[in-house]
Amino acid sequence: MTDSTASLTYVRAQMLPQSAPPVREAGLFKWVRENLFSSWLNILLTGLSIYVLYLVVWAIFPWLYNAVWRAGSLTECREVLAVRGVPSEVGGACFAVIGDRWLQFIFGFYPPDMYWRPVLAFVLFFVALAPVLFASVPRRLLAFSAVYPFLAIWLIWGGAFWTPLLMMAGFVAGYLGFVAGSRLGGAILGVIGAVVLAMVWWMWVSPTVSNALNRMVGSGRIEQSSVELTALAEQLGPNLTAIEADLAAKDAEIAAVVVEKDAAVADVTAERQRRAEALAAAEAAEEPAPGFDEPLLAGKVAAAEALFDRLAQLRAEANVLAVARFQTQDQITETRTLLAAITALPDLETDLPIMQARARDLQAALPAHVADFATVDAAAAVANQEQAALRTVIEAETAAAAAAVGDQATLMSAAQALRDALPATVAEFATLEEAIAAATKDQAELRTALTAVTEAAAAEKTIGTTYAELGRVGLKPVDSSEIGGFLLAVIIGISGITLSLPLGILLALGRRSNLFIINKVSVGFIEIIRGVPLIVWLFTAQLLLNYFLPKGTNFDLMLRVIIMVTLFSSAYIAEVIRGGLAAVPKGQIEAADAMGLDYWQAMRLIVLPQALKISIPGIVNSFIGLFKDTTLVTFIGMYDPIGLVGTTRASTDWNGVYWELYIFIGLLFFLFCFSMGRYSLFLERKLRRENR
Amino acid sequence: MSEPARKSMEISDEVAIQISAMNKWYGTFHVLRDINLTVYRGERIVICGPSGSGKSTLIRCINRLEEHQAGTIIVDGTELSSDLKNIDKIRSEVGMVFQHFNLFPHLTILENLTLAPIWVRKTPKKDAEEVAMHYLNKVKIPEQAQKYPGQLSGGQQQRVAIARSLCMKPRIMLFDEPTSALDPEMIKEVLDTMIELAEEGMTMLCVTHEMGFAQAVANRVIFMDQGQVVEQNEPKEFFNNPQSERTKLFLSQILGH
Repeated sequence: MTDSTASLTYVRAQMLPQSAPPVREAGLFKWVRENLFSSWLNILLTGLSIYVLYLVVWAIFPWLYNAVWRAGSLTECREVLAVRGVPSEVGGACFAVIGDRWLQFIFGFYPPDMYWRPVLAFVLFFVALAPVLFASVPRRLLAFSAVYPFLAIWLIWGGAFWTPLLMMAGFVAGYLGFVAGSRLGGAILGVIGAVVLAMVWWMWVSPTVSNALNRMVGSGRIEQSSVELTALAEQLGPNLTAIEADLAAKDAEIAAVVVEKDAAVADVTAERQRRAEALAAAEAAEEPAPGFDEPLLAGKVAAAEALFDRLAQLRAEANVLAVARFQTQDQITETRTLLAAITALPDLETDLPIMQARARDLQAALPAHVADFATVDAAAAVANQEQAALRTVIEAETAAAAAAVGDQATLMSAAQALRDALPATVAEFATLEEAIAAATKDQAELRTALTAVTEAAAAEKTIGTTYAELGRVGLKPVDSSEIGGFLLAVIIGISGITLSLPLGILLALGRRSNLFIINKVSVGFIEIIRGVPLIVWLFTAQLLLNYFLPKGTNFDLMLRVIIMVTLFSSAYIAEVIRGGLAAVPKGQIEAADAMGLDYWQAMRLIVLPQALKISIPGIVNSFIGLFKDTTLVTFIGMYDPIGLVGTTRASTDWNGVYWELYIFIGLLFFLFCFSMGRYSLFLERKLRRENR
Repeated sequence: MSEPARKSMEISDEVAIQISAMNKWYGTFHVLRDINLTVYRGERIVICGPSGSGKSTLIRCINRLEEHQAGTIIVDGTELSSDLKNIDKIRSEVGMVFQHFNLFPHLTILENLTLAPIWVRKTPKKDAEEVAMHYLNKVKIPEQAQKYPGQLSGGQQQRVAIARSLCMKPRIMLFDEPTSALDPEMIKEVLDTMIELAEEGMTMLCVTHEMGFAQAVANRVIFMDQGQVVEQNEPKEFFNNPQSERTKLFLSQILGH
């Protein structure tokens, strides 16, 4: 008994220290064994994968390795490769095209002397984004984030400095409308008030104020401006001549270097040719291969490549000069036009009231039945038709009268039938002629009146633009059609992303709403937008949208595209967020309700923070998709990077370049999208850490 | 049925909740049938009954988490109708504690407590936090103020939920099976908090199966079955001398082991 108890009892006298695991169970060895060679099948698959990887790399790497980075054209790229002795079946990438065109790929046709504006806007974008994305940035910077969109629009599109301020004031007007509306009767009236007031501001008050400011500043500047502009016009002519002389000199230099380069290339080619022949001879004579002076050849190649470098440099300089020439020419035209406009301004201003009065009088003098061309034309057409019908009848009667006796009866009755079929109003030619004459006169009168109206409007517009040009305190305007390349993709992408998130949230809430109409409108909107390809919506934006807008409003194509992209993306975002909303337990809303929070408070404070957190991967996924989809605008004639590939390849220098451009574009897009994905991961991790 | 004697002196004659001839349907299913109930200020009422008997639905009707279709409910002199203003007013006066706590997981404990005072009562943040800390002390977990709900135990979460309701200074508290989702060890800490609250004279309606709690603090026990009030009485009478057969059966089942 004592023995057995003793054998069962055990007391550890000393605790064991930690010891290292066996070699096979630790470090790299373990990892490799477990992840690459854990079974025969896996060993086989690992081997196969490595082989496939080898094939892919072997196919691509030499092409990348031999890449030519400095050359003036595809032909020169090939010459460089030949000089280096790269066999033509291996080849090499011609990334020189990117060096030559990359400014265009970034900015499109944005005026080069104003590149700093989009660049500044882009840099400030990150400043504005920081407080939104990272909680550690001071909250006060959020004020800048709120102002940023207007600042960016102003920087990119230019115009007077009060334009962004007036735009912002529209939001203030909207806010006041909301406050007033909700005082009067609830949130819905508030929203209506906000929309109405903001619209009135933007459509009517803002242009009026802007015009008044232009006129005020402009009229004070007329004297000074015309003096300055005259001086400028006088100075620009010699400037242009100087630039053209520089350009000619540069071209001559290029031609000289081209001759030098051709000689160097010929030299290298001859040397290679000589060696090949010597080798062949040695082989034929079964002698050992002769030794060559390798440094000599290398020196020659280096000399030739240096010339190509020099050539690329010279071409770049020539390009700058060519752009300067183009801009100077442009500036001369602009200056002259503006000077002419200033000279014509007093006369035009005197004439304008007269023209307007004349247009008004002419319109007032029009008979009541003359409303528009459609009715007048219709009246003329009816009269013409009746005349033709009457003529047919008369011809038939004449024919019957002249016919043989036997046929006369039948022909007569046929003619009678035709006459019976005539409308009662048609009696004789004379009245019809009168009607036609009247219709023609109406047409002429209408035309005169409308022309007068158009002329008066054009005069008014000319005065307006002249004053706008004279009175602008701010940046030179840039037209949307000049924006292209990645600048275009980034503008459309970022606007689409920032605008589609709030819209998507509203749509998702609408789709989950119990209010019948709001629910059905949201569902219908989402399903229709989502069910039609983006490219169709873009064509709609390009072609159809103007039909639905009131006459005379001409929306910028880019703005229309941004609206369409936003709507399209918001439908997807809405569905992603709806998923997040569905994942928030019902108890959360009940608890919020039970505490007396109203719907919007409950959504904003309780439900949305949780739903959005769940939806982050999906939202970012949609954003990445949206950003890549901006390349579709190339199909509606906008010069995004893909569109610029066509432009580049259309030049004789780069005709035949494919891969290099697409690789470059793909890489830039990848950088954007990859960083968005990384941020999303960061955010997910951070939120998970915050509230486990 | 006569109104049972109001035994304790804290109970006033003032009516807190008046429910008369109230009916409710879920679709075609008649969940609550002809409910008549008068709750006086300071009363502690325990509602029990088998599952599906409509007890949760009844107290959820009182703060309009569920809508009733017939009859009237008057809370603190305000009748519940579809008028949103009335509903929000009543909800801010009536606190509710849920079976599954329903704390907001993305907010800290302190933020959970101050949210409604700040947004509904427009209390300044500083004052709201003071009140919140007062109630956290009262439920004995002030040290958890900066944590998130997910870091607390079930019993602690439910005590936070009670404190959260109290921060709105409600005149009536509704408890919807507050201890059903808790481990046995944690039930006591929550019940202690509730008993303390009852002793301070809070008007309470409590759906629970904790008969010990009913005997200790309730002044009235209501037994419901099939959407109807079957029996109500003082706790002592109710447990010792149940009248209806259904009540006897129910009591024998929950007290029998």
